[in-house]
Amino acid sequence: MRKLAEWQLALPLALAFASIFLAPLLMLVGVSFFNDDKITQPGFGQWAKFLGDPFSYKVIADTMLLGLKTVCATIVIGYPLALIYLDASPRLQKVLIFIIVMPLLLSVVVRTFAWIVVLGREGVVNTLLMQLGIISEPLRLLQTELGLVISLTQIEMPLMLLPLISVMSRLDPNLRDASSALGASRWRTLFKVIVPLSMPGLVAGCLLVFASSTTAFISQTVIGGVRLIYLPLLIWQQSLVVFNWPFAAVVSLTLLVSVLTVVSALSYLGRRSGGYVHG
Amino acid sequence: MQQAVKANAARALDVEDLSVRYGTSTAVDGVTLAIEPGEVVALLGPSGCGKTTLLRVIAGFVRQAAGRVRVDGATIDHLPPNQRNIGIVFQNYALFPHMTVAENVAYGLRARGLKGPDVQARVSRFLETVQLGGFKERLPRQLSGGQQQRVALARALAIEPSILLLDEPFAALDRNLRLDMQIEIKRLQRTLGLTTILVTHDQDEAMSVADRIAVMNKGRVEQFGTPVAIYDEPQTLFVNGFIGTTNLMNGTIASLQNGMATVTLDAGASVTLAAPNGLGLGAPVLMSVRPEQLALSAVPGPNAWKVEPGLALPIGAQLVHEARATDGTFLKIIEPRRAVSNDAARAYCTLANDARPTLFPRST
Repeated sequence: MRKLAEWQLALPLALAFASIFLAPLLMLVGVSFFNDDKITQPGFGQWAKFLGDPFSYKVIADTMLLGLKTVCATIVIGYPLALIYLDASPRLQKVLIFIIVMPLLLSVVVRTFAWIVVLGREGVVNTLLMQLGIISEPLRLLQTELGLVISLTQIEMPLMLLPLISVMSRLDPNLRDASSALGASRWRTLFKVIVPLSMPGLVAGCLLVFASSTTAFISQTVIGGVRLIYLPLLIWQQSLVVFNWPFAAVVSLTLLVSVLTVVSALSYLGRRSGGYVHG
Repeated sequence: MQQAVKANAARALDVEDLSVRYGTSTAVDGVTLAIEPGEVVALLGPSGCGKTTLLRVIAGFVRQAAGRVRVDGATIDHLPPNQRNIGIVFQNYALFPHMTVAENVAYGLRARGLKGPDVQARVSRFLETVQLGGFKERLPRQLSGGQQQRVALARALAIEPSILLLDEPFAALDRNLRLDMQIEIKRLQRTLGLTTILVTHDQDEAMSVADRIAVMNKGRVEQFGTPVAIYDEPQTLFVNGFIGTTNLMNGTIASLQNGMATVTLDAGASVTLAAPNGLGLGAPVLMSVRPEQLALSAVPGPNAWKVEPGLALPIGAQLVHEARATDGTFLKIIEPRRAVSNDAARAYCTLANDARPTLFPRST
């Protein structure tokens, strides 16, 4: 009886998981194997259509590249920020953590529209650059990948910073002092001690940012517009505009598999480089 | 460079009028210490007395508000920690957890631009020195506490530092290992002739390892002297109370003559002692006397005061008596264990023959 009790405790969660996650996923797989949009004729037609079209591969590659570029940008900006946070006084840390978490407290739509104001033709960035005389013509940032990466970097930043900061602040501060006393410069300490030891946080941050930015439908469509096509937009078009659910299911599963592939590759690399840190 | 470990020229370390402030509080307050080349000095004091802060200033991790630190006469205050060439062993060892033992020891050498076989040779040499030759490829977490400390020591020594700093080095070790490591560190320090500063809150540790002890309290050095001087001639009440066990008895100076003072104790006896500086006739005093400097006696007399004997605890070869004087003072008296002792009859306490109690002014 007591043995049963343990798995019984997990039962409600398991049921919820099965009904709201697993069942729809299985339905999705099922729907993808129908040839017509009325879901009456089973077959591999939609898969053949999607995988036979070179355009599909371009969309997949664009989506993955968008994720990777966002990950790189969040690392380049986020890692120094995490280091600054670590060195800050406890009072400043509270202010910083509020600023870091703030994007999560705002609605995605609000954040995204704010970026339209910032990046637009008459937006803050263009006005500033023109007034400084750096550019004579307004830059085209909206509906470009650059503008999208810039806004996603800000929107996804908390997902990079939070795991990074949580791992870094658990590092023994004596390690930095020890490295310094042994004659190492700040850069040597950073690359030989801090970066390797913060690897688990960095990998976790990369996974979250990647998974979140490749699937950020609202930002992708509002800032990228309809000219930049990524997998989420394709799913939306197929399911809610064209009502071709089997094709939408194929695209959804492709997105799922592509993201999972990159994520597992990242976490494998992370385990290899940072696995010995814990334990 | 061929031989096991060559002795460096030992360096003198001078701390001059050093103060450190954190906001409004003063962690180190005008500390001056002149440390001889090759000497082992213990900074001893309760937690929060500024001893660790002082160590961190010497290492360069903390900037002082005032004062100087000199190594062989040259100030090092402007140097960042990585240019001071000072070896430090942290309380928690701070070994790099993602590096093997060999990589940890090689770290400081690589940071100095050494490469290849030179590094390997020195790593091997210093790991042999701390008797961990066979542990090169282990990770720190695969080692015991004592082994980790040896690695930390080898890592600090491998850069051939001018000064060695040890921050509570034995605190995390169990009792038996602690003694082994104390001997080990003392031995290495002797061979290398390294000027060493040790931070500790453990007086036994300070006594056994250090040549001289600086007793610190509230950011100041209360007394800086040999262990014997600190124990036998405490200069302040704080040092007196912090080192060893002591009895404090209230009294008044009844007469002063030829540098000797006769003190009337509140417990009802008068004793004659070396007169302290700056205390006049009739001054209220505290007499501090170590438990082993008191004796129980069956005979009343002018130098003996009546006590009410309490518990007697045999501790090893000694017998620790507890007794209460008539003024309410509880006394601890340590005597060698004898076959017969009739405590009930011995109701008087006196100073032992060679007793050297210390007098301190008492505020009333």
